[in-house]
Parts: sequence; C-alpha cells; structure tokens
Amino acid sequence: MVPLNYYLALSAILFSMGALGILIRRNSLIIFMSVELMLNAANLSFVIFARQWAANSASVFNGQIFVFFVMTVAAAEVAVGLALIVVIFRSHQSIDIDQLNNLKG
Amino acid sequence: MENSSLLFFQLAPWLVFLPVLGLLINLTIGVKLSEKGTGAVAAIASGLTFVVASLLVYSLVRQPEGTVVPLASWIHVGTLTIDWAFRVDTLSATMMLVVSGVGTLIHIYAIGYMHEDVRFKNDLGRYRRFFIFLNLFIAMMMILVSGNSYSMLFVGWEGVGLCSFLLIGFWYDMDTLGRPSFANSDAAKKAFIANRVGDFGFLMAAFMMFWKFGSTNFTEVFAKVTSADPGTILWITLFLLLGVAGKSAQIPLYVWLPDAMAGPTPVSALIHAATMVTAGVYLVSRSAPIYALSHDAQYIVATVGAVTGLFAATIAVAQYDLKKVLAYSTISQLGFMVAAVGMGAYVAGMFHLITHAFFKALLFLSAGSVILGMERGHHHLAHGHAEAHGTEVFNPNDMRNMGGLRKQMPVTFWLYVAGTLALQGIFPFAGFWSKDEILADAFKEFPHVYWLLTIAAFLTAFYMGRQIWLVFFGNPRSEVAKHAEESPLIMTAPLMVLAFLSVFGGLLNLPGVDTLTSWLKHTFESVGVAIEPGAFNLNVALVSTGLALLAIFLSWWLYLRKPLVAGQIDPLKKLFGPIFTGMENKWYVDEGYQFLFVDRYNDLARFLAQKVDWDFWHEWFHNSIIRDGFVGLTRFLADPVDLGVVDKISHVLADAVQSSANSLRKLQNGFVRSYALSVMLGVVVILGYLLLK
Repeated sequence: MVPLNYYLALSAILFSMGALGILIRRNSLIIFMSVELMLNAANLSFVIFARQWAANSASVFNGQIFVFFVMTVAAAEVAVGLALIVVIFRSHQSIDIDQLNNLKG
Repeated sequence: MENSSLLFFQLAPWLVFLPVLGLLINLTIGVKLSEKGTGAVAAIASGLTFVVASLLVYSLVRQPEGTVVPLASWIHVGTLTIDWAFRVDTLSATMMLVVSGVGTLIHIYAIGYMHEDVRFKNDLGRYRRFFIFLNLFIAMMMILVSGNSYSMLFVGWEGVGLCSFLLIGFWYDMDTLGRPSFANSDAAKKAFIANRVGDFGFLMAAFMMFWKFGSTNFTEVFAKVTSADPGTILWITLFLLLGVAGKSAQIPLYVWLPDAMAGPTPVSALIHAATMVTAGVYLVSRSAPIYALSHDAQYIVATVGAVTGLFAATIAVAQYDLKKVLAYSTISQLGFMVAAVGMGAYVAGMFHLITHAFFKALLFLSAGSVILGMERGHHHLAHGHAEAHGTEVFNPNDMRNMGGLRKQMPVTFWLYVAGTLALQGIFPFAGFWSKDEILADAFKEFPHVYWLLTIAAFLTAFYMGRQIWLVFFGNPRSEVAKHAEESPLIMTAPLMVLAFLSVFGGLLNLPGVDTLTSWLKHTFESVGVAIEPGAFNLNVALVSTGLALLAIFLSWWLYLRKPLVAGQIDPLKKLFGPIFTGMENKWYVDEGYQFLFVDRYNDLARFLAQKVDWDFWHEWFHNSIIRDGFVGLTRFLADPVDLGVVDKISHVLADAVQSSANSLRKLQNGFVRSYALSVMLGVVVILGYLLLK
C-alpha cells in the first residue's frame, strides 16, 4: 500500500501546478483548467483522507460524498464559466485575461 | 310752594334733544329738503330750544331755587358717581336763554347769509353742513351750560370747541378772500390747538377735584371745597383760569380768536362773540364758591382779564379788517367780563355777558351784512366790466375799501350804529349799564383793574368811532363801495331784534332795580356766595361816558374832519408812527409765539426726527448696533465658525477618505492574475501564521 504522504505530496504538487497555472498563464481556458486542477487536487486529498480514516470512523463516506459535491459544483461552474468565455470571445475576439482589465480603480 | 306739576323743569333734556333732532333731520332727509327747508328745520329746532329755555325760566320765576333733572346714569367707577343730570337754576337758565335766543336769531340770519354762498358757489351740500354744525353747536352749548358736574360741562366744553373748529374751517379749501389755500383750515387748527392748551388746564382742575374731593359734581365739590387747604384751591382755580384763557380768548391764549374770523360771519357772531367764548365767564361764575375762597386767585383772574381788555383794545385800534376789529373788540370785552367775575362781581360779569351777546352779535351780523353788500357791489361791477376786475383779488372786509356806505345800506347803517353805541358804553344803551357796573365794582376794590379797564373803554369808543367813520361816512374809496347793496329782510329782521335788545338791554339790571342781581342771587347764595346789589358810582359813570365822548370826538377829528381818500395812510400812523405799526401788527404776538413755541416745537420735532430718530435710532442704533452687530456676528459664525470649524472637519474627513482611496485604488488594477496572486499570498501568510504559531 502506497503511504499517505505520497498521495498528499501528489495532491500538493497538483494544487501548486494549478495555482501556478492561474498566476502565470493568460489564456482563460488554461486558467479554467488550472482551477479544475486545484479542485481535483483537493478532491484527491478528500478521498485519501476518507480512506485513511475509514477503519476507525462510522462515517466512512463523508469524504467521498464531499468530492461528489465538489465535482457537481465544478461542473456547474464550468457551464457558467465557459458560457462567459464564449461571450467574451465574441465581444473581444480574444480570451487573453490580461486584456480584460476594464474593471479597475 | 306751588304745585310742581305745573312747572316745566322736566323739559330740560329737550334743550339738547331738540337741536340734535334738527341736525338728525338735516343729516338724514336733508338731501330731499330744499335750501329754505334745510334752514327752516335748523332754525325751528333752535327756536323750539328757545321756547324750552323760556319755559324753564318761567318755572324758575315760580320756583327760584331751581332743580336738578336727572336723565341717565353715566359714570359709575368705584366711589366715583357721575350722572347725566341737567342743572336748572337761574345762572344756567340765563345762559340757556341767551344762547338759544341769540342762536335762533343767528340761525334765521344765516338762512339769508348762506344763501349767497349757495348762489355764488352753487353747493347745497355745504349749506346743509353749515346748519348741521350750527345745530350741533346749540346742543353742545346747552350741555355746557346745563351740566350738573364739571365732567358734563367738559363734554359741552369740548363739543363747542369741536363745532368751533369745524365752522372756522368751514371754507377749508380757501383763504378769507376765496383763493385756494390752506389758510382757513390753518386758522381752524390754530383755534383747536390753542383750546387744547386751555382744556389741559380744565382737565387738571377736574382731576384735582376728583383727587381731593372724590367728585366733580358741583354740589359735592362746593360742599367740600370749604374745608380744602388753600394750596389745592389755588391750583384748581389757576388751572380753571387756564381753561378760561383758552376758551374765552384771554392772555396768553387769545391768539386763536382773531384768526377764527376765517369762518362765516354768522359763526363769528354766534360762537366767537356771543356764546361759546363766554363759556369761560360762565365757568368762573359757576365756580364762584371756589374762587370766593382764594383772594389770590381772584386777584390773578381779575388782572388777567383787565390786561387782556386793554391789550386787545390797543390792537383793535389799528386793524383795517372789519371783522378783525370786532374780533379784538370781543377779546377786549371778554377781558372786561373775566375781570368782573374775577373780582367777585359775578352779576356784573354775567350782565355784561348778556348785553355783549346782544350788541356784539348785532355788530358781527351787521358787519356780515356790510361784507355781503360789498360782495354784491363787487359782483355787480365784475359783471359790468369783466375784463377789468377779472384777475384782481378784492377784499370785501377791508375798511380802506369802504366809505360812505350809509347811503347804500341805510338799514345796516342804523343797526350798526345801535350796536356801536352799545359797545362804546354811551348812555342809555345796554353796554353803558353793564360796563359801568364792572367799572364801579373795580373802583371799589381793585384800582389797577379799574384804570386798565377805563383806558380800554376809552380805546373801545375810539376804535368803534373810527370804524363807523371809515365804513359808513366820508366818500366811497372804491368803485365797489359805490355799488354796495342793502341786504334782504331775512338778514336785517333778526338784526332789528338784536338792535332792540342792544338799546334796551340795560333794563335788565338798572341800578337800584337790580332785576338780574336778585334773579342770579338765588343761585349764588344757594352755594354760599354773597351777592351785593350792583354798585353805581356817578363819578365813575361820568368819567367813562366823558372819555367815550372824547374818544368819539377824537376819532371824528382824525378820520372825518378830512375824510380819507383811497390809498391814504391812516392819520393815526402819522401821529404815532412805530406805536401804530406795533398795534397794526398785533404787537407781533403771533410772530413771538411763532418764534417761541412754533419754531421751537419745529426745532424739537426736527431734532427728534433728525438727531434722535434718524441719526441716533436709525443710523446709529439700528444700522450700527443692530445691523452691523448682526452682520458682524453672522460673519463670525459664517467665516471662522462654519467655514473654519464645521466645514474644516468634513473637508479633512473627505480629504482623508479621498487620499486613502487614491492610494488604495492602485490595488485594483484590473489584472485578475494579480488578484489571484494576492489571494495566494494571503493564504500563504495566514497558513504560515497558523502553522508557525
């Protein structure tokens, strides 16, 4: 059995890659995918911890169920987000996030 | 005691009701009445008043002690009780008879006299107004003489003053020559204001009576005055004297009476010669119990009267205006009366009051007849030579324009002579007896009064002689005088009655018979004033008659020996020069009063208006203190307080918010990734903190 720390390390790497992607990429779609990456890194942690603590807990499915919620919310978010990106593209002919800087002080 | 139901005392209130009824008729339905009707209503109202007065006198003959007829309760305040009651005694009845008798004759005369006013000015409304005022005057005079208290007397006193004012200013929009001017209304105001000064004295006296005696009722005042202290009595009498000086035109308040000649001549005769101006004499007679207690007061009153008598006589000598001579003569004769009642010779004073009412009314009305005759002559000429007389202002009152009028106006001439001889005190005319009684009384106790009045009597004879010679004798000194016309019978008939009374008025109180003395005695002795039969001193009578004849001769010598021609200066002026000029200008009393009082009053008014009101109150207090102070305060509140403190606080707050916002807005740069970095860093910091804690 693979130790817990490996999973957590993978999860941390995935999360860091996602965060890094958000910070350094300018393509909206890529940023979207980076967000998904971070969500799934969190999901991975959920399931890992759920399995880890299953033996001494009655609520063995809590973590797994939470993952389903996250996935559902992520799906809804993708639906709204992609729709926005389509509209933005139509009006700007671009999805470069740095060009969408009209909302500033 | 007779059966009192046969007596007419209860009619006393009708003395007032009847003239009031007459004026109400003229006031309400007068518009529908003709000119004659209006005059008739007024004259009948006055005539009926005379009838009532006669009935009262008849009752008094039967029951001489008189009575008081209560009419209504009037003032009830605290302990003060004054009822509206008519006092009918021999003194008041005498006045009633004179006022209503002479008043009625003048009403009849005025029907004719004012007809000229209607004819020339075509104003019937004014004619009606005249008779309404005249009836009001009779009513007020009746209140004055019949009042049972000083308060009621004061109502009449003020009422006749009002009528005097209204009638002096009757032609309020012109001067005495008919030119548009305020002169007549100024004369009315002068009379009113001079009388206010006198009324102040009357009021003070009435207040003192109320203060000291708790009443103004004659009976109560006279009962309590005997136990009053001398100071109170002196002050009351002196304040009353001030009232007398105002109403009866004595020094120093006489100045209004000559100007009062601006009124129509019947008014001059009725109000300013025969009746109203004698109210002061009546007042002193009525107050005899008070004056009897103070010899000082009597001395002062007698001296004021005597000095006025002489002073006014000197002015009358040098006047050219027909009515002005008579006006100063009236002041002079009022001086005789006041001197008489001042000396305690009440009967002599009242006697002279009665005879003077007869002959001075006669003289004034005859003078009115002369003036109208001159005006008719003027109109006669003006119609003939319109272009020659169109613009020239002709003075029908000026004796220098007259002369030789006895041929044009024979009836008026004889009437005038009757009045003149009575005024000059020629035996046996009415004035001789009454004036002589005064002089004889003065000779006994007040020598200085005697001498002053004797000289005044001499001057009286002189100026009346001068007037007769100038007006009726010699040659006409103007075209107008040649064409003067006699007045109609309605004017001359009342004059004949007055002339009869002027000739035979002396019979009222012949020495030794003393009808009037025993008549008035009832009243005076009922209030504790002793009355002696009128003194007759043959020497005094001879001296005054001799002086009068001498004066007439002198006036003849000066004015008729060589009759005056038009434009000639007065012969007396050549003899006396500056003295005559002084007399001609009324000794500059009007100018003196102008300087002393009117100008000073104007100065005071100007000082109050300019210095006090404008400079001090408006400019300094309002503008400098209130306005500038308020402006200063608001500026202080606006600039340092509001701008400096209140606004500053909000400005500082706003600036702080703005500058902080300015620096904070840089954070929101629109780059989503930088927000994400911030969030990331924040998370790192928080996690780091949580982990390393």
